[in-house]
Amino acid sequence: MHCNAALIAPTFVTGLILGFIYALIALGYTMVYGVLKLINFAHDAVFATGGILVFYAFGQWFGIVQPLSGVSLVVLMAASLVIGALASAGSAFLLERVAYRPLRRRQGARLSYLITAIGASFFADYLYQQNFLLGPGKREFPNYFNVSKAFTVFGSVVQNVDVLIVVLAIACLIALDQFITRTRSGRAIRALSEDQVAAQLMGINNDRVITTTFVVGGLFAGIAGVLYAIKFGFVVWNMGFVPGIKAFTAAVLGGIGNIRGALLGGILLGLIENMSAVCVGAEWKDTVAFSVLVLVLILRPTGILGEGIKG
Amino acid sequence: MTALLEVEDVTMEFGGLRALSEVTFAIDKGEIFGLIGPNGAGKTTLFNSITGVYPPTRGRIVFAGRPITGLRPDRIVQLGICRTFQQIRLFPFMTALENVMVGVDARHRTSVPGALLHLPRFKREEAEGEARALELLHYVGIGRFANELAANLSYGDQRRLEIARALGTGPSLLLLDEPAAGMNPAEKNALRDLIRKIRDSGITVLLIEHDMRVVMGLSDRVAVLDHGVLIAEGRPESVQRDPKVIQAYLGTGAAGDGEAATGEAG
Repeated sequence: MHCNAALIAPTFVTGLILGFIYALIALGYTMVYGVLKLINFAHDAVFATGGILVFYAFGQWFGIVQPLSGVSLVVLMAASLVIGALASAGSAFLLERVAYRPLRRRQGARLSYLITAIGASFFADYLYQQNFLLGPGKREFPNYFNVSKAFTVFGSVVQNVDVLIVVLAIACLIALDQFITRTRSGRAIRALSEDQVAAQLMGINNDRVITTTFVVGGLFAGIAGVLYAIKFGFVVWNMGFVPGIKAFTAAVLGGIGNIRGALLGGILLGLIENMSAVCVGAEWKDTVAFSVLVLVLILRPTGILGEGIKG
Repeated sequence: MTALLEVEDVTMEFGGLRALSEVTFAIDKGEIFGLIGPNGAGKTTLFNSITGVYPPTRGRIVFAGRPITGLRPDRIVQLGICRTFQQIRLFPFMTALENVMVGVDARHRTSVPGALLHLPRFKREEAEGEARALELLHYVGIGRFANELAANLSYGDQRRLEIARALGTGPSLLLLDEPAAGMNPAEKNALRDLIRKIRDSGITVLLIEHDMRVVMGLSDRVAVLDHGVLIAEGRPESVQRDPKVIQAYLGTGAAGDGEAATGEAG
């Protein structure tokens, strides 16, 4: 291993930023798993929906083509995040209603859920790929937020959007932690994740709590989707696939079902894959990252922080 | 007195197995009603059909004048029936206080947007809920363990916590499934006092219990189930002398259930 010293700091920063995005997406995987013991493989499409809808809203319908500043930028950013979060939450809500709830009613086998999840993911991706929607290529994201250098740490450029990602991700995680530990809905989610039957016999409406779980996971995925589109400057029909797989991996690495585990797993995965790109070679980064995952699971089968929804 | 719970011709079949056979009885408001019978007699199955876990195959259950057969378990809780479990089913990784707050939450209305926006009702309900939960923990005698994880409590205290959690939902009918199981004699005495105190506060109690001293000492009336059939019902002293009841207990072998008829030591 011979790392290029000049690249270590910038790579560290890139990995960290990506890690926060993974963590935001991972929250949805981890919460749904905690409650239903289901890996919602369609969560990648939920993530993509936020970015894609904001692309339509501001790029297509309002036709915003130039960088904004001052109050109009703040307003548009806030609007993008809210629209993206609501769009993803809405798609998560729809997914639960259309794909999973009917299976629950009929007490479907675990495998049916898995196949349904994968099917729903493909359905959404290829729907976005249709020519009347995004079409097959990348589509440029409206550039109202002028991505530029904010400052330099250890010779590494940090962009303004990176600062936004870190601040928002931390704010989201704190909000979720409070929601899970200090509200009626949060307690219901934890109760359901520990014992569904007992939860229902203590007056909890399981369907409503499951919907809440999907919607809350969707909100965070939507925020991640918008930030991702702004940072990389485009949306594309399958933009959810790679970040989705990585976020799922992050959730497992940190301990699936565990909210702090999602943050830890996200950051670790972001760092490992980017550092190994510099130290081992870019073509090896995913090989190294997933080897680490396998190693961690051999040593700690429930992930670093263990399973179970807790604050 | 008026009937609070009416069980009418309830039959429960699982495949070819008949777990309950045309069971009929009524519980009056304000009484402690004991339900006994050998293991496998169908007592917990009856609890499950009253609380909506499995709707009965046939028959009707009426609570406070309203049919509840086939309602969802959480709806039945909202109407005022809550229970504990023979095999303890707490939320082990939540604190004792949080466990009871889950019960108390059944009475609350705050929605997700309300909580996110910190609306006044959310804040009020959280504060009231926490106060009420703490009060209930003290009521059942485990207030000092409020911030312990439920999993870390002793067996007897876990049983009390289940009672507190069920009381949190504000029931008018409380179903207790073997609350004395695994308790030592001192704990059993305290439990008897607790159950009386609950009844005196205006809550009707339906009690499944194997410990004859507990159930006979507490109950105003007792019903006996054997192989899914209600074979006797009446005041404790007359039920104890009923030849069919004695036959049911002795007939199933002394090893498992013999203690029931003679009364457990302690």
